[in-house]
Parts: sequence; C-alpha cells; structure tokens
Amino acid sequence: MPTPPLVQGLALTKRFGRYLAVDHVDFTVQRGEAFGFLGPNGAGKTSTMRMIGCVSPVSEGELRVLGMDPAVDGASIRSRLGVVPQEDNLDTELTVWDNMAIYGRYFGLSRGVIRERAQDLLEFVQLGDRRHDRVDPLSGGMKRRLTIARALVNQPELLLLDEPTTGLDPQARHLVWERLYQLKLQGVTQVLTTHYMDEAEQLCDRLVIMDRGRIVAEGSPSELIRRHSTREVVELRFRTTEDRQAALPRLNGSGERVEMLPDRILVYTGDGDGTADLVARDGLKHASVLVRRSSLEDVFLILTGRTLED
Amino acid sequence: MAAAPPMLRVLEREVLVFRKLWRGTAFSSFVTPVMFLAAIGLGLGGLVERRSAHVAGLSYLAFVAPGLLAASAMQTAAGSSLWPVMAGTKWIRSFHAIVATPVTPADLYGGTILWIALRATAAAGAFLVVAAALGGVPSPWGVLAVPAAALGAVAFAAPLAAYAATQDTDLTFPVIVRLGIVPLFLFSGTFFPVSQLPAWLRPVSVVSPLWHAIELCRAATTATPHWAASAGHAAVLAASVAVGWRWGTRTFARRLTP
Repeated sequence: MPTPPLVQGLALTKRFGRYLAVDHVDFTVQRGEAFGFLGPNGAGKTSTMRMIGCVSPVSEGELRVLGMDPAVDGASIRSRLGVVPQEDNLDTELTVWDNMAIYGRYFGLSRGVIRERAQDLLEFVQLGDRRHDRVDPLSGGMKRRLTIARALVNQPELLLLDEPTTGLDPQARHLVWERLYQLKLQGVTQVLTTHYMDEAEQLCDRLVIMDRGRIVAEGSPSELIRRHSTREVVELRFRTTEDRQAALPRLNGSGERVEMLPDRILVYTGDGDGTADLVARDGLKHASVLVRRSSLEDVFLILTGRTLED
Repeated sequence: MAAAPPMLRVLEREVLVFRKLWRGTAFSSFVTPVMFLAAIGLGLGGLVERRSAHVAGLSYLAFVAPGLLAASAMQTAAGSSLWPVMAGTKWIRSFHAIVATPVTPADLYGGTILWIALRATAAAGAFLVVAAALGGVPSPWGVLAVPAAALGAVAFAAPLAAYAATQDTDLTFPVIVRLGIVPLFLFSGTFFPVSQLPAWLRPVSVVSPLWHAIELCRAATTATPHWAASAGHAAVLAASVAVGWRWGTRTFARRLTP
C-alpha cells in the first residue's frame, strides 16, 4: 500500500481580490523527497508555498498538509513545519543564539531541549563560532544559513524553502545546496521554489513547472528534459540584430526546433555537433556557437515561449 | 503540551530584547516623566502656588503628578505600539517569522499589547514611588493609580497597534503623535483642570481617553473617588481596549496571513 502523501493539492487556487495568483493546481509531495516549484517571478510559487505553510488561506480547491486541513489545524501543522522564507526575517534585535532560542520557544520547546539542538544546528550550518554575534552584520549567506538552522529547531517533518539561494553569491549558494543535500540524506522532506534551473536540477527529485498560476509540466528533471526537449541544444550568437534575423529562416530545418531569443538563437537537436557542423558549412555570419545539453530552462522555454529570467 | 500559552512566548521575546536595551527604554518611560515632575510639579508649581494657593484644592505637585503619570504611560504606549509593529510587519519582518510557527497573528497581537501593559505598569510604579517621595501622592490609595495608568496605556496601545498593522509606511505615525498624542498630553487635564479650557474645547477633552485615565489616576492618588464617575472612566478605557483588541486581531491576521 502506498504511503499517504505529505502534501496534496487538488485544484488548489489562490485569489487576491480579482487577481488569480494560483490557478487550480494539482500536486503531491511524498515523504522523503525534495519537491520543487520551478517558474519565473510571479508564477504563483510563493503563494502556493504560503498556503502549504498555513500562513495564507486557501481560496478554492483542496489542500492537505501532513494529512490535515490548514483551515482547521493550521497551528498543529505549523508546529511540524520548518520555513525558510524568501526574504530574511531574522530578529535583528537579538543575537544569533537568541534567534535560535526564541524561535524554539515559539514552538513551545523547553529551554533545555533548545540548548541542545541550537548548538548542533549552528554547527551544522557552520555558524557555531558566531553564536554571540549580532545578526545584522552577518553576510547574506550566513543569514540564510541561520534561517535554515532556525527552521530546523523543531525537527520539522517538512522543510519549506522559498527561493533558498536568491541573492547569494556562487560560493554561498553551493554551501547552502550542500547543506540541503545533507538534510535530504537525513530524510527531511523538502519543498522548495526557485527560478534557477540549476538549483532545481541540483536539489529536486521531482518538480512542477509553474507559469502564470498554473502547472505546465511535472516530473523529475531528467524526465522533463527527455519528454519536452531534445538531447542537445546549439546556441548561436550574432554580432548584430540584422545578422540574427537574417539567419533565422536559413536555420529552419537544421534541428527539430528553432527558438529566437533577444540575444541568441537556439537550435534543438539530437546531435549538437552535427547541427553545428551543418551551420558552419552553411556560412552563417554568427559570432559564436555553443553546443550543450538540454536543461530545464529549455523545457520552460519550449512549454511557455518565455525564459525563466523574464 | 504543557508549554506556556503562545501569547506568553511572544512576551518572552520582548523580555529578551528588553534585558539588553532596558537603559534606553527606562530613560524614556521613567526618567523623562520624573524630570517633568521635578520641573513642572516643583519648579512651576512653586510659582503657581505663590499666586493662587491651590489648584482644584490640591498642591500643584499633587495635581500634576497623576496627570503626568497617565500622560507618560500614554506616550510610552503610543511609541511602542506604532513603530515596533511597523518593524515587525515591514522593516525587519520578524512578525512573519513568528506566524510561521504555531503562534497565531492573534497571539502575536495579544503578546505585543500584554508587553506594553507590563511595561506601563512597571514605569507607572516607579514613577509613583518618586512622586510619593516628593510629596505628590497624598493618599495611600495612590497605588491604584498604577493599574489605572496601565489601563490608560493599553486603551491607546490596543487601537494604535491595530492601526499600525494596516499601514505600509510609517508616514502617518509622526502625524498621529503631533496632532493626536501631543495635544492630548497638553489639554487633557494633565497640567491644569479642563474647566480652564474654552467652553468649545471642553467636549473634545472629555472624548479623549487620556482625560479618563488622568481622572482615574487623580481620584486614586488624592483619594477623592466619585465611584460612579470612576467606574465610567474605567468603562470608557476598557471599551477602547476591547474595540482595539478586536480590530487588532483582524488587522494582524490580514497583514501577516493574507
């Protein structure tokens, strides 16, 4: 018998006045997996996340989190969640340690339990030697790691991460990714939103692609690429817009699909080098050619006609 | 779970911050009013008494002490219900972190108000001791002025905190202080009886919650209670708390869990 899902949304909808932020989405999250919502800003990811986190009432449809209804058991559900929000909301009037301590108290934990856990968690996010520091002077990456440690103080069954590495520099991002991977190995179920396709590929076992409040595709990163894109992509850049526009008709038929972007043309093909050779023989006036594997970015482009960064 | 109710956990956070920042807070809510008491009650009071003996049958110090007690409680309440709420909802967004836990927006609102009540009580108690030492509290019933001042403080804090949660910026806050709190401070019977006001202004001061708080405090420190009137003053203040509380639990929920 399959285990019941940890989170289940059925025709889940969120309206703010007349604005439809989340439009009848269906999804399930199983225990132990890392599940992602990938999409550009404004796709409805955060609104969905906030409904799962029981801090935003469901407008329509059904939502079950840990088998319970957020409208009825919000506080009980929240007591078993860990939340890492998009914008840091650490208590800047308190030290690193006191942020951990008071957050544990909000969950009703005893001071003894908090003392034990907080030290381990600060070590886990590599802030063990910062416990007496104030929060404000910490770097963006440290703040995010502290927010993650704070979210773990109640030993949550489900960790919600909204854009966990947005605004971090590459090194800080990799450190966060590595810690999240460790948590996954420990069996913590993670639901995350991101508009970075590399983050989705790194962290998610399974994901849904969201666009304008709707889910447009669902699967593992490799499944999605296999199903919706070709194996490889040839990226052509041009010196001028005229060159690029002139090239477009001549590229038709060079691959399975051709997409023109503001700064380049993408040719989707099973055989990147072969297509690149063909283009070279054709004598197109391009500035550079790059052959690469298809990514989730391509899946998004093919499904929506837009890029994730829009 | 036999843990403290969520509202008290919110209070615990305030205590934690206060333990580090108490000097500044203590200054504004205790030292400042005591300086007012010394300057106005003793300094100006000496001058007043030389000319016209007593004010409302009291020494000027005894008249002004309960007024300053209630008025400074109001000022502290206004300061700690406007900007700190804006900080929690908008600036540092710490309120959003709190409502992601089992603590609800209503708990958070309640804890915030409870903390203001506690601080107002402590500040009023300290002020009363100094006022009594200076001879400004003729009656031992004066201890009742402490809960009266705290009630007055919450009568302001409850609706102001509720209002603060509806705002996206603090632009209106200085206006509230300048056009609301400061005029009330000056014209609600703090420094002179409202009977001194021009007739057309008197009804305004009677609507002011501060006037009710001051009358209540003054009845206690001078042991001149008109029981029916005092009950009426307390009822007006309690009504302000009740309306504010109802409003605040809603505005906090709307702001934090839209």
